[in-house]
Amino acid sequence: MAKEIILNRAIVSDDYQELTDDESAPSSGKVIVSFARFVKEGAELLATASAVGIRLPSDKLPSDVPLLERLSLIAIEFPRFSDGRGYSIAKLLRERFKFKGQLRAVGWVLRDNLLYMERVGFDAFELAAGKPLESGLQAFAELPIAYQATAVDRRPLYRRRL
Amino acid sequence: MYQYDEYDTRIITARAQQFRGQVERRLSGEITEDEFKPLRLQNGLYMQLHAYILRIAVPYGLLSSKQIRMVAHIARTYDRGYAHLTTRQNFQYNWPKLEDVPKILDCLASVEMHAVQTSGNCVRNVTADHFAGIARDELEDPRPWAEIIRQWSTFHPEFAALPRKFKIAITGSVQNDRAAVRFHDIGVRLVQNEEGEVGFEVLAGGGLGRTPLIAEVVRSFLPKAELLGYLEAIMRVYNLFGRRDNKYKARIKILVSAVGIEEFRRLVEEEYKASMTPELLLPEEEIERVRRYFAPKSYRTFGDGGEAAHKQADEKWLSFQLSTERGFGNWVKNNTVQHRVPGYVAAVISVKVPHVPPGDLTDVQLDSVAELADRFSFGEAVVTHTQNLILPDVEVAALPELYQELVRLDLAPANYGKLTDVIACPGLDYCALANARSIPIALEIVERFEQVDYLNDLGDVSIKISGCINACGHHHVGNIGILGIDKKGVEFYQLQLGGSPGNDASVGKILGPALPQDEIVSAVAKVLDKYLGLRESAEETFLEAVRRVGLDPFKEAVYGGEKAAE
Repeated sequence: MAKEIILNRAIVSDDYQELTDDESAPSSGKVIVSFARFVKEGAELLATASAVGIRLPSDKLPSDVPLLERLSLIAIEFPRFSDGRGYSIAKLLRERFKFKGQLRAVGWVLRDNLLYMERVGFDAFELAAGKPLESGLQAFAELPIAYQATAVDRRPLYRRRL
Repeated sequence: MYQYDEYDTRIITARAQQFRGQVERRLSGEITEDEFKPLRLQNGLYMQLHAYILRIAVPYGLLSSKQIRMVAHIARTYDRGYAHLTTRQNFQYNWPKLEDVPKILDCLASVEMHAVQTSGNCVRNVTADHFAGIARDELEDPRPWAEIIRQWSTFHPEFAALPRKFKIAITGSVQNDRAAVRFHDIGVRLVQNEEGEVGFEVLAGGGLGRTPLIAEVVRSFLPKAELLGYLEAIMRVYNLFGRRDNKYKARIKILVSAVGIEEFRRLVEEEYKASMTPELLLPEEEIERVRRYFAPKSYRTFGDGGEAAHKQADEKWLSFQLSTERGFGNWVKNNTVQHRVPGYVAAVISVKVPHVPPGDLTDVQLDSVAELADRFSFGEAVVTHTQNLILPDVEVAALPELYQELVRLDLAPANYGKLTDVIACPGLDYCALANARSIPIALEIVERFEQVDYLNDLGDVSIKISGCINACGHHHVGNIGILGIDKKGVEFYQLQLGGSPGNDASVGKILGPALPQDEIVSAVAKVLDKYLGLRESAEETFLEAVRRVGLDPFKEAVYGGEKAAE
């Protein structure tokens, strides 16, 4: 059974298949591969799979990703709570690199991180193992207003206040 | 002062509710302590040696009397009847129970206060010059900018898990930096360019802790409207490139010094160019909206408002300083500070009282201070980073009455800026990180040097005490710094001389081997006696004398000829 994730504030079953580095790609379907594998086999994978996503370690920048415009998903890793690089990476991907595909948070992804993650541009969330997705859904509305420009509303509050 | 509008109110009320949920999920076991820790830290809740402490934010130190009464109420209801002033213009409670914290946040939210981002690896509560808005040497009031920064940094989604904590300070005084901006992750100074336009000088990479470093200039002039966009570029560079492998190397100062200021500046400017959008520019209307909250008070005009009347006001102030009632005279001389408006002064309420840990205030004292703020200072008070309180707008004529009230409250030591105005971290009495106690040393200093004539003879000199190398007591920038260390389970103290947090920023130098607890205060006395003997005149301050003669005479005074020669 496909695992469930949160996508656009709804619980859905994940239509991507995550491949290990030595697992061969199926002849069709959506796949997620490691960044390292994509660097080596990117063109090949894009030719076979119907959609390709990558798992991006938190020490990589958007400018490190080859064939970025052809990816349909980027899963940014949060190795632990203290590593917040993924927030800036997501922001850059959305705003500077105009990435329109699915931006998924993976790793240390807990209910209480979702609100901020959505505000920097994530639309998909794989919660840490064993964490109820239903609880996560409630988190988005907990802080109703942001002072900053966010992916949800591009105007900082000081432009909405006028 | 700033008043919340419906947006601010909704945000802070929702935050209290959100944290209540987080606490409930922790208490029910839905989340583990590991998972809860980053959440509670972003809300000022630390696990200390004996209990949780809760640090609440006082943005740029400014409080209304209503807020002070709430601080008192919380101390009485949820703590042990006192609150503690921190070295970052905040309040701290030492004994709250976890299950009470949501109720405390509700109380705070009801008076437009919170505990947002007072700890954790995020942008902390912004600090500013404690004489902001009233100082004569001020180019412009920094508080509207501090408030704009506060709002921008509050729940900033991109910068909630930085490599390490991040502190921003701002000053509007060009000559006299009272906010120690050069020892902050980002320091912001209001400056004027050659065209006469007022904007910001932005510094980065300052800090204390294990590696004390003085911030360097990233941008020498930034137009006002660009402030937030520029701060955001610095933060992004830090978030992406700051070290995360070693928490002692994770502050922005380490990044700035590792790549060098030129390269750091290049990275920031490049990021800024790429990220700046017209949306990020601060609209003039918003700047004005915030500025209006800090409009000058409705001050009474002294006499006919002419020059002669002003001179008369100053003379009255001077005559109070020379009062034959020496307790009052010394207090006016040492604890009142010139105000922008003639006929007014800022009155410093010293919270450095014998037998009381520096910065501790009881609920009764807090309630009384609130009343004094209402009676004498337009209902406002300011917390200083030196752990004192200020009533910023007091009429000179009201000083005798105010002084009498402070005497009754046991808050009238005439020691502002003097030797016994000691800054100290909580130390091993409370803190899990500390190697040694700070408070007993501070108390011993306050008690030993109680003679006000001696303090006045010494003039302005600062002592700052930290119970460990993390330097929460800012010992590096004390004219006299004391650092507690642990030597095989015994508390020892290292003496440093020559630090300064201001425009002439410097880091103190270690005088010699650490001394045991029963010798450290005597060593301070020897240093002071030496200073009195060698100063060129009564006008030469302790810091100036140390800078002129170096450490050797003081080494000899403390350690004798033998060790000094080593």
